[in-house]
Formats: sequence, structure tokens, C-alpha cells
Amino acid sequence: MRRITGSAALRELILPLGRMAIFVLGAGALFSAIMVVLAFLCRGSGADKLLLSTQHVDILTYTLSNLPQVLIDGVTLGFVYAAIALGYTMVYGVLQFINFAHSEIFAIGAFAGVEFLIAMNGLGVLATSGPLGPYLYLTMALVVGMAAAGAIAMLMERTAYRPLRDSPRLVPLISAIGVSFALQDIIRLIESLTTGQFYRVIPTFGTFDNRLPLFSFTVSSAPVAVDIQVKSLIVIVAAVAMLVGLNFIVNATKIGKAIRSVAQDRNTAALMGIGVDAVISFTFLLGGALGGAAGVLYALKFTRIDPYVGFMPGIKAFTAAVLGGIGNLTGALLGGIVLGMLESFAGAFLGTFTMGNFGSEYKDMFAFLVLVIVILFKPNGLLGEQVSQKA
Amino acid sequence: MQKRLVLVLTVLATISLLFVGCGAPASKVIKIATQSPLSGGMSAVGTDIKNGAQLALEQLSGNLTKMGFKVELAPYDDQGNPDTGVANAKNIVADPAVLAIVGHYNSGVQIPSSEEYHASGLANISPANTNPKVTERGYLEVSRICGRDDVQGAVGAQFAAAQKMKSAYVLHDKTAYGQGIAEYFKREAETLGIKVLGFEGTEEKANFDSILTPILASKPDVIYFGGMFDQSNVLFKQARQKGYMGMFISDDGYDSSDSAKIGGDVLLKGAGTYYSTVSGPANVYPGTAKFIADFKAKFGHDPQPFAAQSYDCVAIALQAVETAAKAAGNKMPARADVANAVRAVKDFPGITGTINFNSKGDLTTAKYFVIQVSSADPDKWANNKIAQTLDIAPPQ
Repeated sequence: MRRITGSAALRELILPLGRMAIFVLGAGALFSAIMVVLAFLCRGSGADKLLLSTQHVDILTYTLSNLPQVLIDGVTLGFVYAAIALGYTMVYGVLQFINFAHSEIFAIGAFAGVEFLIAMNGLGVLATSGPLGPYLYLTMALVVGMAAAGAIAMLMERTAYRPLRDSPRLVPLISAIGVSFALQDIIRLIESLTTGQFYRVIPTFGTFDNRLPLFSFTVSSAPVAVDIQVKSLIVIVAAVAMLVGLNFIVNATKIGKAIRSVAQDRNTAALMGIGVDAVISFTFLLGGALGGAAGVLYALKFTRIDPYVGFMPGIKAFTAAVLGGIGNLTGALLGGIVLGMLESFAGAFLGTFTMGNFGSEYKDMFAFLVLVIVILFKPNGLLGEQVSQKA
Repeated sequence: MQKRLVLVLTVLATISLLFVGCGAPASKVIKIATQSPLSGGMSAVGTDIKNGAQLALEQLSGNLTKMGFKVELAPYDDQGNPDTGVANAKNIVADPAVLAIVGHYNSGVQIPSSEEYHASGLANISPANTNPKVTERGYLEVSRICGRDDVQGAVGAQFAAAQKMKSAYVLHDKTAYGQGIAEYFKREAETLGIKVLGFEGTEEKANFDSILTPILASKPDVIYFGGMFDQSNVLFKQARQKGYMGMFISDDGYDSSDSAKIGGDVLLKGAGTYYSTVSGPANVYPGTAKFIADFKAKFGHDPQPFAAQSYDCVAIALQAVETAAKAAGNKMPARADVANAVRAVKDFPGITGTINFNSKGDLTTAKYFVIQVSSADPDKWANNKIAQTLDIAPPQ
């Protein structure tokens, strides 16, 4: 048995960072290029004239000056989707079925984290915790969200999936849909019984709403200042850290090796003395914790959550996992980033380019259009379904 | 296996016994049904519509009780969802004891549900549905004691113009109510010379990043949102966090103390947040002092918007039932007679004003308000400052 050396471990930490940088820059450059070409082609069109008459800018200037902000929004959203997509893809890698209840695991994480912060706010410690205090409490909220979501994910596997493990693949899928509905209404029930509220709002604390100026540039002699919200930065940093951590666990630790071996061949892994049930439980714990953390980050960014909050991000993350190649960790990352960018670009420019006839309300359509196209033409996804080394 | 079968049979037998209990004949029971969202995101307002109705029933059903009737409230939860509303409506019209239905918070739910009421001649009095179509269909059964969106949207635009706003970006939630009012706002704004920079619908509830990009790029003086508070406040908050300092204007769907909870103090910043409504805070109506006191004593909190209107709806329904019952010689009146009696009320002394219906079922004059959000504390929502009060007759 080959020992994992220090340099190999280091490689597993640096490699995913490099991949993320390539994916973000690549997807960003690709989408930006497409947008600029489109804007160039649309010069003199009705949309251009409309912009000139209402806002006194031509379409190319408009596109260029909005591009950086749209990219930042897209990257933030992309990392949230990637963190959720990993939960789908890991479970698929190990068990070859889609855990549709993962979107509710995301919601549970969001609720646990937000309830924790609301409780802390009630005690009055959030406002008076000094300059680093808010970050400490946010980290604690993340941990609470991860713990709750990971625990529920394990419990779900034990009660709803393990008894069905040897049934046809459709059976656990149906069970997953049932679990999904049950969890939604359990959150709703608990919230109505304890707080009487349908939705929760994350308390405002710290300086997360502030904006950091990044850089400014000039397009057609109009200055454009680009800034990033502190909380968007936190979402990106936290998601990157988690993705690197997950990659390390899966590729450079003993338990990671066990996960990969179970993904390759469950029976043989069992013969080699690997506790298959424990490994599958651990996989759910990991995926659930990631989903839960994504939930807390989502709540931080978008402020309001309700028991059905998981549905849309969940189904988009599922699309991201399929887009990248389900069962493939790197693929989920790529899929998430591409989808986040796509949604951000579509939402921001669709209305302007179609003169308001086909507005940003159609942005979600693109995610599902992508799903249809991938399933039709490249069912294995962009990076391919990893059959030999799933998980 | 045998054991399980016995268990199942026992449960079935118990359930059927329960139904037998319900089937006991009670010829002189009169039910007033309510439909409003009792669960889900809009339940704060929806529950108080039911509570207002319950209070009215307890205080005002004395005459009918003396005539030998037993008056009951039959509250239904429409979840703010058209499908649920119509399914409930089918159950309501199937119960012969129901003689009037007070309800709906959402026009999008009221419009399809009232087709059922119309088909069976059941009187529907609406406390809160403002879409013109509610009464424009000319159904005898459907009346409302609130204003209309074609007027309300215009009131919002006139207010913006009076505040010297030059441009507006108009958003809506794609429901019959939200889109309707946004269109009326847009039309009036354009007539008054406000430049409408964009008009868009969205069902998004959390992530407004990409929708906000074109809005903020066009730098509107006003962002108008036609729709409900649970969406608009998240949008307003994210817009402020992205540095927008202009004015927010919304509609009566914005009028809920939850707005302050979701939006928080960003609503007070910049040019502030205003909403037009057909239902002022309960304390602006002269007749509501006793209602507010009673409501608070019974339910433990200040009434949400439309609770007082709901109280008046039930009051009208009870009076109409009484009139019709007397005409029928103290027997159960027919639904059609009740519906006629509702429409025929003249100078009815409601707590929200004197009520007269025109031939379509609109109030002959309705009150409209423009209110400024003046505190980020949800408990102080009822004390929001009224910027403008108008009495306007419905368009013919």
C-alpha cells in the first residue's frame, strides 16, 4: 500500500486551486467574449437605439461597463452551485443514484445557521463582539449548519436509502423524492411550531454588507467603479476553502481512498476489509455538510430563506453536476461555475438586448435548456462521467 | 399479517364513525365561509382576515341567533394559491349551510375561485382584492369593499410625479394582481412625463443580483414593484446594498409588518420607501377604535391590514342574511336572495366608512392612501406615516 507522501498531499491542495482559477477565468473570458461580440453585432439595432434614447449610452459601452459586476455576481453564484453540486455528484459516484433530497439538506443547513445567528442576535452578542467577532459567529453558524445538514443527511441515508440499496435504481430515487417533500414540511412544521414564521431573515451584523472598491476603469470617457460586497467575497473564499478541503479528503486521505474504492466496486471493497456502510455514511456526511455550508452562505448572500428555498438552487446544482459529468468532482465544480455565469449573464443582459420583450424572468430557462442540451448531445457531461474513479 | 389487517380495519371503522358524527342533520345552521392564506409566506395578513371575520361573527350574530339560527364561521386556507382556492371554493359551494363567503387576499386566487361562487349564486364579499377584473365581470355575487388597482396604480404614479421623480423602473411578480397594478402605474407614469426605463416581471424570491444589473445601470429615480412584500423587500434590500439610493414605491401587497422585518432599516435610507394602499392602518378610520381594542384583547396583537375590512365584510354578510331570512319568513334564505341583499345595502355603517355598492359591486367612493415606511421595527408598522389620502370613485 502506497503511503501518501507530503508532496502528494500538497499537490492535492494546489491542483484544485489551479483548476478553479482556470475554470473561473476560462468561463469568464468565454462569456465576456460572447457578450462583447453580440454587443458589437447589435450596434445600430433597436436595442442600441433604445439605450441611446433612455440612458445615453450605446450598447457596446453599456455591455463593457456592466461586464465586471456581472462576472463577480456570476462567480459568487457559481461557487454556491458548485458546493451544492458536489453533494449530488458524490452520492452518485458511490451509489449511482440521484439524491433529490439534497436540496432540502441545503435548506436545513441554511435554517440551522440562520436560527443560530438569530439566537445569538437575541442574546445581544452579535452586535457587541468587536471587529473580528462577526467572522467568529459566522464561522460558528457555518459549523452549526454543516453539522445539522451532515447529521440529517446521514440519518436520511440510514433510514430511507440503506434498506433499499439492493433494489432497482428507480426505488431509492422515488424514496429520495419522498424524503425531499417530508423534509420540506418538517422544516415548515418546526418553524411554525417554534417561531410561527414561514420565512426567516438573517440578522444584519458585522460589516458584511459593505462594499470593497476593487478597481475602476473608463469606457467611452465614463468612469466605471467596480466593487465587491464583503459577503460575496466571504462566499467565494469559504466555498473555495471547502472545495479544496473536500478534494484533499477524497484524494489524499485514507478515508478518501476508501470512498474511491467503494465507488469503483462495492463488493470488492467489502472483500478488502472496507466497511462499506460506514464509508457510504461518511460520503453522505461530507456531501451534506458541504450542502449545509452552501445553505448558510446562500442565506448570508441573499438574506431571506423559507422551507422551499432549496428547490431552485438544488435543481440548478443538479444541472451543474450533469453538465460537468455526474460522478465527477472536477466536473461539478466546472458545471457550477459555468451555470452561475450563464445565469448571471442571461439575467443581466437578456432584457436589454431584447428591448424588454424577453426579460431576466427567462434566466432560469437557460439552466434547464443547458440540461436538455447536455442530455441530448453529451449525456456524459463536459468532463465525462467518471466510471473508473467516481466519487 | 392478520394483526395488521385487524389494525387497519379498526382504524377505518374509527374514521367512519367520525364521519357519522359529522353527518348529524342541523337544518338551522348558517355558515359564513372565509378564504385567505392561513399558512405560508402571506399567513400574517391572511390569518388576521380570518380573525377579523371571527370577531365580527361573535359580536354581530346576535340578531340571527335570536331568530333561531346557529351562525358559524367556516375558515378555509387558500395558501395564496389559485388551485387551492378553487378546490376550497368547490367544497364551500357544496355545503348548503354556507350563505356567504368573505375572502381572498390575492386577486389571482379570487378571480378563478369566484367563478365557482358565481355558478352557484353564493355571495362573495371581498375585503382586499383590488384587481379590476374582480368586479368588471359584472357578477351579482361579487362585491368588494376596497379600491381598485387601476386607480391605485395611478395614485402611486401621481405621487411619484408630485415628488418630482423623472424616471422609474417598473417590476412586477407576474400575478394577476402584481402585473395589473404595475401596468396601471406605468401607463399613468408615462402620461405624467415620468420616463419608464424598464418593465419586467420576475418570480425570483432570493437572488436579485442579475435583475438589478440593468436596473442600477439605468439609474432610475424610482423603483416600482407591483406584487407582494415577501418578494419586494428582498429586492429593495439588495438594491440598497448595491448602492441604490433612490425611492422605492410599492402597492398594498407591500402593506404588512413583515416588510419591516425583511427589509429592515435600508427602507428608511435614501429617498425612502412608500406604498399605495386601499386599506389604511386600522387607526385612520373613525369607527375602528373599539375594533382595535377588541382585536388586541382577543388575539394579542395589533390587527394587520385588511382585518378591519374583513370585519366589515362579515357585518354586511350577516345583515344581508338577516334581511333575506326575514323576507323568507324566518326560514333559511336562498343564496340568490342573500346575494341580492348584499348588493342592496345602502349607507351601511361599517367601521371602515359608509358602504354603498355600485352596479358592478365596487364601492361608490373608495379611499386610497400613500404611506411612508417610517420605522424598521415591525411592531410600529401600524404607525407608518400617511403621506396622502384620497377619495376616488371607481372608473365606469
